[in-house]
Amino acid sequence: MNTNALKFTEDHEWIRIEGKKAYIGISEYAQKELGDIVYVELPPVGEKFTAGDELAEVESVKAVSNIFCPLSGEVLEVNEELAHSPELINKDPYGQGWIAIIEIENPDELNDLMNSEEYDEFCSSL
Amino acid sequence: MGELKRTPLYEWHKARGARLIDFAGWEMPVYYEGIVAEHQATREKAGMFDLSHMGEIEVKGPDALEYLQSVMTNDVSAITDGQAQYSVMCYENGTIVDDLLITKLPDRYMLVVNASNIDKDFNWLKSHIKGRVEVVDRSDEFSIIAVQGPKSEDIIAEVYGESLRNLLYYHAVELDYQGKKNVVLLSRTGYTGEDGFEILLPNEFALETWNKLFDAGEKYGLTPVGLGARDTLRMEMKFALYGHDISDQTNPLEAGLGWVVKLDKEFVGAPVLRSIKEKGLERKLVAFEMVDRGIPRQHCPVVIDGKPVGEVTSGNVSPSTGKSVGLAYVPTAYSKIGTEIAIDIRGKILKAIIVKAPFVPSHVKK
Repeated sequence: MNTNALKFTEDHEWIRIEGKKAYIGISEYAQKELGDIVYVELPPVGEKFTAGDELAEVESVKAVSNIFCPLSGEVLEVNEELAHSPELINKDPYGQGWIAIIEIENPDELNDLMNSEEYDEFCSSL
Repeated sequence: MGELKRTPLYEWHKARGARLIDFAGWEMPVYYEGIVAEHQATREKAGMFDLSHMGEIEVKGPDALEYLQSVMTNDVSAITDGQAQYSVMCYENGTIVDDLLITKLPDRYMLVVNASNIDKDFNWLKSHIKGRVEVVDRSDEFSIIAVQGPKSEDIIAEVYGESLRNLLYYHAVELDYQGKKNVVLLSRTGYTGEDGFEILLPNEFALETWNKLFDAGEKYGLTPVGLGARDTLRMEMKFALYGHDISDQTNPLEAGLGWVVKLDKEFVGAPVLRSIKEKGLERKLVAFEMVDRGIPRQHCPVVIDGKPVGEVTSGNVSPSTGKSVGLAYVPTAYSKIGTEIAIDIRGKILKAIIVKAPFVPSHVKK
């Protein structure tokens, strides 16, 4: 998967910008760390989040992991597929495993995110 | 990870890309491919497990049987040469020291105990020695490989001989290896609910044996399985795990292990267990299924009528059914199948219901 167009956080979330919309998910590194994902707690559509708030919860066979909202904004849509197929996050973390779409409130926050290269470097330092 | 112990199969696990974790001071594979895939492979074909971290304690001497009778809840006289038995050891107050498998052999009894309890068990056993008995901790000498699943008999027959197909459930044979007599102990036992075998052998033969089994087993779909799936497999069968469903805070009667407790015998803890049985159990270990969406985990409170009344001891998604399930202690009054309970999962009170166990049917060859 070509991740060049994506932005990343240190908590292993990825962001894909489409105009005012930000698609959010977790990275290949994150899904691998978690193992088989068996449950996803999605945020309610319409709820407003500030960057850094807990957005969603992803549970693997072993543990629960919090997904943090990388940008401030309102939840426009959530990936309902994950309710019955949480394993999509493992199989296709950047595509069908997307978690939510946020309406970008403050484009300046994008500057705090890493690009693909910076993220790869960050992961190799872990 | 610091100074963790490694089994003879460590390099194999690492080369296979296993995710390694610290388990009871050992660097063990929790999964290779993934817990769900390995779990399903074991139920549908066959899985192979490295259990070398577990403990092996040998008991011998003319008074061995009498001694074991005094420390085991089960009736050790019921097993003859080549037979295995599941038992529990209790403290004076009736709580559990450990659960274990005892195998009787012509010249000794072999006890296989939990990795996390080896030193504790050995010291406890030694402190209760009476008569002409020798208790030896041989954990450092032995490895254990388990092959479990519907195809396990085919694989064992190919490696050890067709006659092994007739090995009865909970029976064991000693086998020769490389000119050495009786160095391999092969039992038809397991912790998965599937037909399966456990091979107890000296460390120096472990890797070779693992490779032989793997070569023979590949065509049957034999998959290496880590501790993650070992846990989901046993939980589906409601097999107890020490430190979760049983501990030194629980007695075997409330844990549903009354079937291995022979109260007409004298053993450490028997008087207290008899009085507990007479008074009636205050709580019971039950199997439950979530009704609302959520995954129960150990220590999640069980809530009834708005009050916490017990705790989840084991919980997960059952890979075979896709349902979120668990085991928990609840007051006896609420322990009947069909009782509606609730589980507090990270602050949310979610509905659940007590169900029959095991969660999936057993396939052992009784």
